[in-house]
This record gives sequence, structure tokens and C-alpha cells, in this order.
Amino acid sequence: MADFLLELRCEEIPARMQPKAKEDLARLFADALAKAGLPVGEIETFATPRRLALIAKNLPLATEPVSEETKGPKVGAPPQALDGFLRKVGLSEEQLVERDGVYFAVIEKPGRDTAAVLAEAIPAIIRAFPWPKSMRWGAASLSTESLRWVRPLSGIIALLDGAVVPCEIDGIASGRTTMGHRFHHSGPVTIADAGSYIETLRAAHVVVHFSERCALIRDGAAKVAAEAGLTLVADEGLVIENAGLTEWPVPLLGRFDEAFLDVPPEVIQLTARVNQKYFVCKSSPSGEGDRDPKGRGGEADAARPSTILSDGPPPRAGEDSLANAFVCTANIDAIDPAVVVDGNRKVLAARLSDARFFWEQDQKTSLAEHAKKLSRITFHEKLGTVADKVERVAKLARWLCEDGIVTDSPFPPGEGPGMGGATPRPPHTHPQPLPSREGATLADLAEQAARLCKADLVTEMVGEFPELQGLMGGYYAAKEGLPVEVSDAIRDHYKPVGQGDEVPTAPVTVAVSLADKLDTLLSFFAIDEKPTGSKDPFALRRAALGIIQLIQVNSLRLRLSGVPLRWFAFFDHLMAQDLAARLRLQIRVTIFGKPHPHDERKLFFGLSPAAFLESYEDTIFIAQHGHIEGSVLDFFADRLKVQQREAGVRHDLIDAVFALGGEDDLVRLLARVHALQAFVTTEDGTNLLAGYKRAANILKKENYPVTPAKAGASGGNAQLPEVPAFAGMTEQIDGIEQTGEEDPLAMVDDPDIGDIVAESTQTASALSYTPEPAEKALIDALDAAAPRAAQAVEGERFADAMAALATLRAPIDRFFEEVTVNAEEAEKRQARLALLARFRDAVHRVADFSRIEG
Amino acid sequence: MSAAPLYKPAPRDPARSFQDMILTLHDFWSAEAGCVILQPYDMRMGAGTFHTATTLRALGPEPWNAAFVQPCRRPTDGRYGENPNRLQHYYQYQVILKPSPSDIQELYLKSLGAIGIDPLAHDIRFVEDDWESPTLGAWGLGWEVWCDGMEVTQFTYFQQMGGFDCKPVAGELTYGLERLAMYIQGVDNVYDLAFNASGVSYGDVFLENERQMSKWNFEVADTDALFDLFAKAEAECRNALSAGVPIAAYEQAVEASHVFNLLQARGVISVQERASYMGRVRDLARSSCEAYAQKMTPEWSAKYPEWSLV
Repeated sequence: MADFLLELRCEEIPARMQPKAKEDLARLFADALAKAGLPVGEIETFATPRRLALIAKNLPLATEPVSEETKGPKVGAPPQALDGFLRKVGLSEEQLVERDGVYFAVIEKPGRDTAAVLAEAIPAIIRAFPWPKSMRWGAASLSTESLRWVRPLSGIIALLDGAVVPCEIDGIASGRTTMGHRFHHSGPVTIADAGSYIETLRAAHVVVHFSERCALIRDGAAKVAAEAGLTLVADEGLVIENAGLTEWPVPLLGRFDEAFLDVPPEVIQLTARVNQKYFVCKSSPSGEGDRDPKGRGGEADAARPSTILSDGPPPRAGEDSLANAFVCTANIDAIDPAVVVDGNRKVLAARLSDARFFWEQDQKTSLAEHAKKLSRITFHEKLGTVADKVERVAKLARWLCEDGIVTDSPFPPGEGPGMGGATPRPPHTHPQPLPSREGATLADLAEQAARLCKADLVTEMVGEFPELQGLMGGYYAAKEGLPVEVSDAIRDHYKPVGQGDEVPTAPVTVAVSLADKLDTLLSFFAIDEKPTGSKDPFALRRAALGIIQLIQVNSLRLRLSGVPLRWFAFFDHLMAQDLAARLRLQIRVTIFGKPHPHDERKLFFGLSPAAFLESYEDTIFIAQHGHIEGSVLDFFADRLKVQQREAGVRHDLIDAVFALGGEDDLVRLLARVHALQAFVTTEDGTNLLAGYKRAANILKKENYPVTPAKAGASGGNAQLPEVPAFAGMTEQIDGIEQTGEEDPLAMVDDPDIGDIVAESTQTASALSYTPEPAEKALIDALDAAAPRAAQAVEGERFADAMAALATLRAPIDRFFEEVTVNAEEAEKRQARLALLARFRDAVHRVADFSRIEG
Repeated sequence: MSAAPLYKPAPRDPARSFQDMILTLHDFWSAEAGCVILQPYDMRMGAGTFHTATTLRALGPEPWNAAFVQPCRRPTDGRYGENPNRLQHYYQYQVILKPSPSDIQELYLKSLGAIGIDPLAHDIRFVEDDWESPTLGAWGLGWEVWCDGMEVTQFTYFQQMGGFDCKPVAGELTYGLERLAMYIQGVDNVYDLAFNASGVSYGDVFLENERQMSKWNFEVADTDALFDLFAKAEAECRNALSAGVPIAAYEQAVEASHVFNLLQARGVISVQERASYMGRVRDLARSSCEAYAQKMTPEWSAKYPEWSLV
């Protein structure tokens, strides 16, 4: 058994690449061992700016000999077969072994020296190394075939049991010498063996363990801060980055001019972090400073910068605020650390004075003035400028408030409508003014915030630090004295930016955030820029997820199918004429490019397409909207499934509700899914599911038709060219309604629909024979349960709907036990099939149980 | 016959004289890497990389070691002489070593030592900074070199130039001379730098120039004339290309690039137009590099049979 050391020395490896490089080296090395039949034991890897290294412990000195046996033809087989076999294995007849009347070729492979295996593996690992970016260098680069590495490779140490494993790649031969610290050690360092590698290098001022350097920086930075009576703002991302920039890290604390503290703390932190890789400190004593509302410190957040303050602009004064101090990490034990600190202070001062200049310069112009410059920024070449977008967002945000979708007092999670409670739909609260703002309604504030929410994009500060978008707008709005609801909304309207991010709940913020995301999503769907596979250049998946989270957390009763129409109206109205015309044309092509023969009739009403387009602009309008809407709703459905799956909701249950179709109210949909999840895990639920499946199978065998049922309480889902959601009940509607009513939402709140649903479930025809007791019991149970379930669904009391279904469990079990469906009398058979169909449809109206597993 | 007295130059004093720092770098690169010491390119340009000794010489297989000072003009960086760190005209020191020698980092650090930077007194770091110039169809990997947190040098291994793979790769060093001098001389304002050891400051030489040129760049330059100049440079570049003189074409591309920068400073190019102008400059520069490489290929191939352009 022996230990093996590999060191690949090169010019400075980018800090960000080192952690992954360690993993890659371990993986490639383990693969090479495994391929050679060597056991893979303990592997440790190291990375510094100037070297990537690995120590593998307890390698055998040789691989085991292997005996490979190949089965050949039977003894006495035709000579051609034997000849063929001999050619294949490369042996003569005498060398074959005979066993049980069959020839075997036995090839003994002797064990190989591990050193030989490694000598072969090292160049292969180097050539195969997956650096994110690699380069050529030196005289050999006259050919593009020359070796590639992250930066010029300058030396290889390969020692097995203290002996050099000889290998060479592009003129670099392995050996046992390396270099110590670039400045603290001169001349080569000779390594005796793997066991002494770490300490030999330490003596040459190199801390070779990445994690040890991280600890030196983490602890050292905290220590110098504490010595100055300050608290370090922990930042694991910076720790890792500085560990990747040093072989001998020495954290040093410096001070900057206090006057810079006028600048928002986020700006100071970002300036120090991004440009200079410095930590910042807070003036509070140790322990007090960790009240970070954003939950820093978890390992998962390690690579992200922590946010120092704050609950919002303006920064809180007091002992929790940022101190005029920074901690830089030098790579030397400087002759006079003060000299190094002073140099760094000057650089930071120059950066901060730029930042302060931006901060002051930006405030000389109001946000409203800044916003005017948005008309010079293209949002997307087919979608106009950012100013156009802002206009749409403002209108959408106002609509969301005026229509009572976003209200002053959103329901807390779990208590709003759709949660099984009897809470009525929230009243429309506009134009009730907010208490804090005399006269200004929620809609006014939302529109105001929306009009200003992108203004900071043209400020100097956001130009310098794009990651401060929103936040700076919030600061500038607060400085201008705008209502706090408005500055908060500007600051937070990008949220949530992903799963786990804080979801806004302040009504004005919710309205602006939702409007912004809806506009982004609908805009790109309108120009057919949908995400495909792993490509989502406009982050539409994230936008959809944000919308879903906003709706969920705030229990917003937003009929998604209604939004595209609203949006399109704004869009059409606002777009520059030619742009709108081009967009319309494109959508026409998308829709009419391949008209379905059936729909063509409906859409064109017998006119030529051109004539139709001219005379029925309004109808076209709906057609356009219908097209966008269909795909948007599908997209939401997909996102919701992904999100719920991650949240632990069974995907088959989501499918069971989605399969009903026609649902565009996420709050209601999720309430139903959650009630279903609670139900199917009960004994009643499990048994009812079994009964349902049995009934469905019988009916399927008999080709018994399925009555369509839709989850939504309305026919609002006017997907074209599909039939409207309620086609099953309202056959008279033929494609696009021709009643002159162009709003597909017209039937949303039609109470008659609910009754039709309820009635259609209990049209039991009279029987011509006396039913058996179990049959009668099921009929009675259905008569009672089906309307109850249907009404409960209508009332969004999904738990009640499940309870109603639960009453069917005993009767259906008994029915299957006692009644023969396949009776000899055709009449009985038909009636019983019809009964099963009623049962199936009643259950199906709550959820598509055929989608549920188990 | 009495011999004329032998001239013995005074020792360089880079810590107290900007020009001595430059002369020390000349001495160093001339002696240590056999560089030709060139004078600045006599055209207005935004970076030393535009010097033909860098761009065009990075193409082809022939070894090439050169060092030179290049004045750089960045009209939008002008601050009327009022900012202690920003100038619309400043100096870069360029070293180009082709192929990149294996001890290039050590040579560079030694040059810092020559101008007075002790690496145990100052924290020198190589921080990842890859370079890309879409205008030149060029990119490379390397670092920005930090001295106590300040970027003092760009260090790049050219991988492509003019859209061609560099065969072999050249190492390029670009020192920010004013920054380094401010550091070495310990002054906080660029105009306070000692230009020489005889009492002339950087401000004496350049302050009035910064004031007037900032004003001209931002306020005075006749934009119609600039648009006209751009169009003429573009046309002349094409003319030179079709006449088979790509070096002349490249000069016109450099000219167009600078005129574009001036138009930017005058604020007369909208966001949308900006992309289009940049595309035009890029097209000129790349076409010139390409034409140069193609024109030289027979000669290069003859000397280096194993070499090929692509």
C-alpha cells in the first residue's frame, strides 16, 4: 500500500474555478483508478491560486492479475466454428482449455504496476480536464493542437510512495519539485512524499488546504473587526473568493472616510465587495449584528452576498449601521501592514467617491424625470421601449386594484376564499382611500409606483451596479418624499425572484410586482418567444413562478384567463402604430397560418381572410387573445405542477385536478388539490378510489361515453380553436359566440351555470324493474351525494365535496359485492352501466380520479 | 587629440520622476526580453492594443517582442482637469512578447521591482480578468494585476486576433503608467506627479490640455464634421482594402473608432444607433486584420511550413 501525490502547478487559477476544479480532479482520478481496476480509497484534493493537487491514500502497488475466460464452441463442432473462435481470441487450438465438452479460451492478464497505470492516467486527466475556459500559451502554441490549461501549466509532481511516477505532457516532465509562495519563498521546494506535502509547503508559506485558508480568512477577518470594536458582516462568498486569491491569507482592517456613510449601505457593501473583494463591518458589538431578515448564514446561501441592512430606505441609524471600516485580505505578511492597508484605502476611497457622485447626481433629477429616458431604452425590438412596458404595467396595476383583485387587506394565507371557509368574495375596495394617504386610492398609488418602478434603470448608480435595481429606485423615491407605499413598491417590485425569495404582501407592491410579471410573460408569449427546453432567455419561468407565488401568498382571486384580454387592450392602445400593426400581423400568421378546417369556418364567417380581417377587427382581437391565453394558461399549469411537486404535493393529484380543465383560478385550484390530498390518504378515499377505478374499467370496456366535466365554475376559458369549456352543457354555443357578446368572461358569474352543473348530475331515469337493495342504496346515495358534492365544488368548499364523496364509499363497495352489472336482461345491464356512469361522473366532477395513482 | 568627454547618463529615479519610470521600463524590457523599443503610434487611439505593433503583429508565426508607450484618448473620461484620477488623455505602457515566454510573470514582477515596487511591502495579486475586443475580433485570458488592491496592469495571453487563432500565443502587458507613478511617488492627485526630477509636474504638462480637450470633446467639436469624418474614414478603409494595402485600411479603422468615441462624448449617438456604429467599426477593423493576415500568409507559410492561418 502506498500514498500518491499529484500536484499540477500553473499560473494563477481564477478563484471562482478552484472549488469545482478540486471536484473534477477527484472525479477524473477516481475514474482512472476504477478503469484500471484499482480500488478507490480516500482521496483528498487541494487548490490554491497556483496549484491543484491530490493525495490518494493506500493504493496497492500493482493491480490484481485478471484471468479472462471466453466460452468457445463445443468440442467436435465444425472446424469453421473453431477457426473463427481461435481468430477472435488470438490463440492456437492447444492453448484452449476443455471443460464439460466445451472449449474455453483463458487469457491471463498479469497485474500492472500502479506507477505505470498512473503514468498513463496523469496526461489523460490533464487533457480531459473540464476547465470552464482554457487557453494555449508559449512556443508550442504555434499549433492549435498544443496543450490547453486554465493558465499556463508549469510543473507536475507525481509521487507514489515517495518515488517519482515518470510521465510527460507537452514537454513538462513530472518530478518532485514545486514552488513555494511567490514572494515569501524563493527557489524550488522539494517534496519527499505525499505525507510531507502539506507541511513542506506550509514551511514555504503556502497553506495548501482550501478550507484552511477559508477558516483563516473567516476567523481572521472577524478577529480584526472585533479588535476594532466592530462586527464583521459575514460573507461566505467573499471568504471563498479571497481563499482562491491567496496562498498565505492575512486579513487586514482599514478605515475609510466617515463622510461616505451618507451613501446607502448596500452601495458601500457592493462597491467594497464587487470591485475590491473587501468585507464590511457594522458598528454594533458582536452578536447584535446578526439580525438579518433575509436569513443569511445557511450553507445554501454561502455563495451569495449577505445583505447588510435593512428593512428599507432610509437606512436605520444607530448601532446596527455600517461602520467606516473594511477588511481586505492580503497574500503576504507585509513588512509594514499599514502600507498595504493605506493603498487599499485609497482605492476604496476612489471607488466610494464615484459611488457618492452617482448617489448625489441621481438625486438631482426626480424619478419621474428619469423615467422619461426609458423611452430611449429598447425593451425588446418587437415590444417597444421600456417606457411602453411601464405604461402597460401602470394600466395593469391600476386594473388589478380597481377590479378588486388586489385589495387593501389581502386575506392571510389559508383563510381566504377557496379554502373551504364561507368567506364571501372580498368587496371592491376602490375608491376607498388608504388611511395613510389622504385621497389617494390603492389604484392611484399602484399606478404611481408602476410608472416610477423602472426609472432607476437609467440612473448612474444602477448603471454601475445593475444588481441594485429596484433598491435604488426605492431610496430615491423615499428621498423625494413619495408615499412610503410607493417607495416600498418600487424597491420590492422585482420580488419574488425565485423559490425561497420573500413574496411581497404590501398591496401596492403586490399590484406592481404582479403587473410587471404578467406584462413580461404576456409580451413574450405574444411574440412567440416562449421558453424551450433549457432555454429561457427572458426568465419567463421565473416570472410565472413569481406570479403563482404572489397569487398564493396573497390569496388573490385572479382569473388568469381574463388577463390577456385586458393586457392586449393596453398593449394595442399603447404601442406605436407600426409596431402594433406588425405584432398584429405576426399573431394573425400564428393563428391563421394553419387554420383548422372546422375553425376556419367559424373564424372567417365565409369571408375571404382579407375581407374578414378588415371587417371583423374586434373579433380578430378575441382570436388573438384566445391564442395567447391558451398557451399562457398551459404554461402556468406546467409551472404550478413543478412548484407544487417541489412543495411535496403529489403530482398525480395535481394532474387529477388539472385534467378537469377550465380552471384558471389558482387559489381555487390549489384548495381543491389540497383537499384531494387530504381525502385520498384516508381509508374512505383509498376505497372510493378503488371503487371508481373498477367502475371506470367496466365502463371503458363497454365503451361507455365520458361526460366532460370542467373544474372551473365558468366558461371563461375561451381557448381557440378548442371548444369553449362548457361545450358539454351548452351545445348551442358554436365556436365563437355570435351573440354580440365579445367578452368571454361574460358568463363568469352566471349563477345558472352552477345549477346546470348540479342538475345534470342527478338526472336519474326511472327504472323499469325493481332494483336490488344494494343497487337502490347506491342510487339513493348518489341522489344525495352528487348534488351535495357539486354544490360544495361550486361554493369552493372542497373538503365538503370530499366528505360528500366519502358517503359513496360504502354503497359502491356493497354494489360491487352484491349486484351483477353484466345482467342477462339488457335493460338491467344498461341501467346498471348508467348507474356506474353516474357514480363515475359524480366523482369525476370533484377530480379526475383516473389520474390518481394507487 | 583629446577625446570628447564620455557621456554617462544619471541613474534613473523612477520613484521621483514619471519619465524615469518610463525610461526604466524601456531599459528593462530592452535588456531582459530583447524588445524593440518603439515610439507611440502617431494616431489618436483608445488603447495601446490598437497599435499595429500589438494587433497586427499578434498575427502570424513570427516572433515579436516590443515595448512602447502609447498615449490613449478616451473622450468620455475627460473631467476638465478637475478629477484627481480621471483623464481623457493618458499613457499606457505596452509590452508584447510573442510567443509568450514561460517566465513572463517573473519578468513582469521583476519590472515592477525595477521601478520600485517591493512585493513584500506591497500586496501583488493576479486577479482573473479575461479580455475581449469584439471590435478587433480578439480575446484572451489573463489577469488584472493588483498592487494593494489597485489595478496597475492588464496581463493577457492573446488567444485570437482579427478572428484568427493566435499561433503562437502572444503575452501582452499593459501598465497604467499614471496610476503606477501615483503609487510609487505617493501622490493622490495625478497632476501632482513629478514628470521629471527637475521640478516639472504632470499638471504643468497636461492640466491645461485636459481642460481644453475636455471642453472640445464634450462641447465644441463640430458634430457634422465628425459624422463626415467617420464616413470618410469608413470609405477610405474600404478603398485601401480594395487596393490591397490592409495596414492603411487598419489605420482608417482606428480613425473611425476614435471619431465614433468623439461622437459618443458629444452625446449625439442614440442607444439604437450606437450598436450600429460599433458594428461598422468592428467590420472595418476585422476586415483590415483579416486582409493583413491573408496578405502576409504566403510569406509566413514560406518561413514556417508547419504553420497555417486557420
